[in-house]
Amino acid sequence: MSMYKMGVIGDRDSILGFKVLGLSVFPVTQPEEAARLIHRLARENYAVLFLTENIAKDIQETIDRYSAVPFPVITLIPNNAGSLGLGLKGVRTSVEKALGVDILFGERG
Amino acid sequence: MAVMRVNPTRMELTRLKKRLQVAVRGHKLLKDKRDEMVRRFVELVRQNKRLREQVEEKLTQALKDFLMTRAVMSSEVLEEAIMFPSRRVEITPSTGNIMGVVVPVIEYREETDEDVSPYPYSFSTTSAELDGAILTLSGILPLMIELAGMEKTCQMLADEIEKTRRRVNALEYIVIPQLEETIRYITMKLDEDERGNRTRLMKVKDMLEEKDAALKQA
Repeated sequence: MSMYKMGVIGDRDSILGFKVLGLSVFPVTQPEEAARLIHRLARENYAVLFLTENIAKDIQETIDRYSAVPFPVITLIPNNAGSLGLGLKGVRTSVEKALGVDILFGERG
Repeated sequence: MAVMRVNPTRMELTRLKKRLQVAVRGHKLLKDKRDEMVRRFVELVRQNKRLREQVEEKLTQALKDFLMTRAVMSSEVLEEAIMFPSRRVEITPSTGNIMGVVVPVIEYREETDEDVSPYPYSFSTTSAELDGAILTLSGILPLMIELAGMEKTCQMLADEIEKTRRRVNALEYIVIPQLEETIRYITMKLDEDERGNRTRLMKVKDMLEEKDAALKQA
């Protein structure tokens, strides 16, 4: 087992499938629970955490706390109800921050 | 632009000129750094967007498949089926460096022999939907890991670009004009003093000559 691990956090039905692939699966229902979990997993050498958008939307400040360090990488994924567009919004925020204008999303209207 | 509160002396002038030199040089360097970072960022973020759209689309579909699986199988059977994964993925996180920004690099390796079945269960008790869902999921995982690294890199690069841009602007619009203004002020003040001094000397000389002339006549 490697020292660094990958984890998936989200609602049980959406993330259970990742268990088969060898990822650690952490079903949560409450945002606060997820926030605590993220802090714990960050200390436990989890390098990559996938987090479903429906949980992520309520714990943005927890996610932002890890934005300045390379690890853990927290990546938003859609859950089984479909994408909320939060992940793409994050990309857009980066673009706006870096360039001042949105060049990627504006060009297609 | 406000003049700094300094003593208009020659020493201060030399000091300020040196500071201006450093500021101009720093401004040029930071500007170059910013331009290069922006170039890299634009490249990366385009990929990032494409990758994310791809991952989201595929993942949504895969998760829907999985939902179907849950619908046709009882929870107990499903959980039992996937309790012991036969596959194990290993990631090796390290850090890379883009223009001085420390970014995550994730290497991904599947730690399973090809001949081990990706399905950790027997087919007799499980539904075919589960097999399909797992197959798609395992195809998406490498993309997800790539996305994770790339997205974080973009995000960190964006932060650094913003910081650098602030520094460039502070130098360009505040520090450098202020220094130039102050240098001009000191130069003018020194020139003015010089002129005042010279006038005084000329006046003294005139007075002395007048005195001399008066003495000779007497």
